[in-house]
Amino acid sequence: MGFPHQPHPKETVVLSQYFGDPDARTYKGWVKRGGYEALRNALATAPAAVVEQVKESGLRGRGGAGFPTGLKWSFMPKAKTRPHYVCVNADESEPGTFKDREIMRWTPHALLEGAAIAAHAIQAEVVVIYIRGEFTEPWAITEKALAEADAAGVFGTIKVYLHRGAGAYICGEETALMNSIEGKRGNPRIKPPFPAVAGLFGMPTTINNVETLAAVPHILNRGAAWYRGLSLSNPQSTGTKLFSVCGHVQRPGNYEVTLGFPLKDLLYDLCGGPLPGRTLKACIPGGSSVPILTREETEACLLDYEGVVASGSMLGSGGVIVFDDSTDMVYQIMRLARFYAHESCAQCTQCREGTAWTTKILERILAGQGKTEDLDLLLDLSENMTGKTICVLSDSCAAPIVSGIKKFRGEFDAYLAGARSPVPVG
Amino acid sequence: MSVTEDTQPVFTGAVLEALQAVLGRYPTKQAALLPALWLAQRERGWISDRVMAEVAEVLGLTPAYVKGVVTFYTMYHQHPVGKHFVQVCTTSPCNICGAEGVLKALLEQTGARDAGATSPDGNWTVIEVECLGACGFATPVLVNDDFIESVTVEKVPALVRKYR
Ligand SMILES: Cc1cc2nc3c(=O)[nH]c(=O)nc-3n(C[C@H](O)[C@H](O)[C@H](O)COP(=O)(O)O)c2cc1C
Ligand code: FES
Repeated sequence: MGFPHQPHPKETVVLSQYFGDPDARTYKGWVKRGGYEALRNALATAPAAVVEQVKESGLRGRGGAGFPTGLKWSFMPKAKTRPHYVCVNADESEPGTFKDREIMRWTPHALLEGAAIAAHAIQAEVVVIYIRGEFTEPWAITEKALAEADAAGVFGTIKVYLHRGAGAYICGEETALMNSIEGKRGNPRIKPPFPAVAGLFGMPTTINNVETLAAVPHILNRGAAWYRGLSLSNPQSTGTKLFSVCGHVQRPGNYEVTLGFPLKDLLYDLCGGPLPGRTLKACIPGGSSVPILTREETEACLLDYEGVVASGSMLGSGGVIVFDDSTDMVYQIMRLARFYAHESCAQCTQCREGTAWTTKILERILAGQGKTEDLDLLLDLSENMTGKTICVLSDSCAAPIVSGIKKFRGEFDAYLAGARSPVPVG
Repeated sequence: MSVTEDTQPVFTGAVLEALQAVLGRYPTKQAALLPALWLAQRERGWISDRVMAEVAEVLGLTPAYVKGVVTFYTMYHQHPVGKHFVQVCTTSPCNICGAEGVLKALLEQTGARDAGATSPDGNWTVIEVECLGACGFATPVLVNDDFIESVTVEKVPALVRKYR
């Protein structure tokens, strides 16, 4: 459902079926809706067979990278000699993304069930759900659901804990998240070793996003073939996905559609299109870390992993940010750069210096003090920020800058030529 | 927060029990650091150098290490803040929906005036934060632990009245 709105007939409602229904939050209510059956069945199935089902479904990570989930699970050691962990990434901090929050608020048991299935599949005894510190309400709801499910004994020997973040976007990066749980600064680790070899506390670990895990019980209940069949354009992109739409549309919210759905329909039909009297100018389709699309690119884009790449961007987390013709793109690109400058963990020079410097240059351009060579400098810096650091936060800062300059150059030039009044930047 | 209050240990009684429950989960004491800081902040409203030293002692870490972690995360207060601690998202998606106006209205109407400053009556601290993960509900505002969605400039007076 297009939460907080009524479901739209073009949606495919799986994960969001019970959004808005408080009874589904309770253990009893969840069981009444068929909940925990998938977990019960999984616990009676060999771990390798569960991994196989998830592999066959084609499910890919919904946290941003789109890595095949079953394949990731299969990287875990088969012979168990040390403790194994599942980490759940509920750090949701990528601008434009607000779907995991809704899953935790309305169907916390779907997450808990999926996480416990993952634990069984990779032979982990402990699940740690890392929830960003600002998510006070999702925390309270998930905590209550966990207490109820624990009391009912559904997790068997698997222990599930919640762990609270404390304000740091970078802790959504998987190895930074593990460091944060370990009581360290949230600095990403150099890979390899990958988490399946040395993750949380140096032990084999699988980390998945909230939405990825919430899909797992449905796959086990209805079968891998059913899930694989949910695909509109490319067989490499299967299942449904929640798209968080925000910015300049009439009905922002979370919409669940089958992968391959046209972005144009999402924005114009489901979200009601631009605000009255306005037209769409640009769109960031996968959270703020991916390149900006023009209106033409947006209207031709298919929402699956391959389709968005073909349109010149990435599916990312599915956070869709819409900008209409009233938007000052230079100002918004500065705001995004400032976000990354604020959130850089400062380990890598290119990121620490690059995010701060690009922000400064953008501020200078907005203040009417830009120089003609500033755009080349921004592009040069961006190149140095791409593919050269421990994690991709730096690349993420470069993405909107490079695509913004390329596609909305006229707006930058207007500031540089003094044809636009300077904007005060605080 | 009075100075005398802060000289008392935080980790006693129920708070210590809560910490011990966390310690039982993980193979290292260090993993209880973020939870310990949250417990301390809940009790004292902020995290003083003395509290950092106490946390270090309880978890077998050095005070300098604890400080290094505290300063990495934005939600731990290293100074006392107003009774109502207000976080307003002004990142791009909220920004294009009027978040800067909401921030301005909150700063004016609470008397906090400047972002990060506390109002003279000690009741309000208002800060600007990056994405709160609720971008479809622009502008989200956190007042202490209350997460309020879809705040507009028009709704600010009622919000301020509610907490005053
Ligand atoms: C800077 C940065 C921030 C990230 N933030 C998040 C996040 O908030 N939530 C999330 O699930 N994944 C986030 N990721 C992706 C994770 O590193 C990881 O790929 C994901 O949790 C894996 O889960 P999945 O395979 O189920 O998608 C982030 C990555 C980077 C580089
Ligand atoms: S940008 Fe404001 S909540 Fe995400």
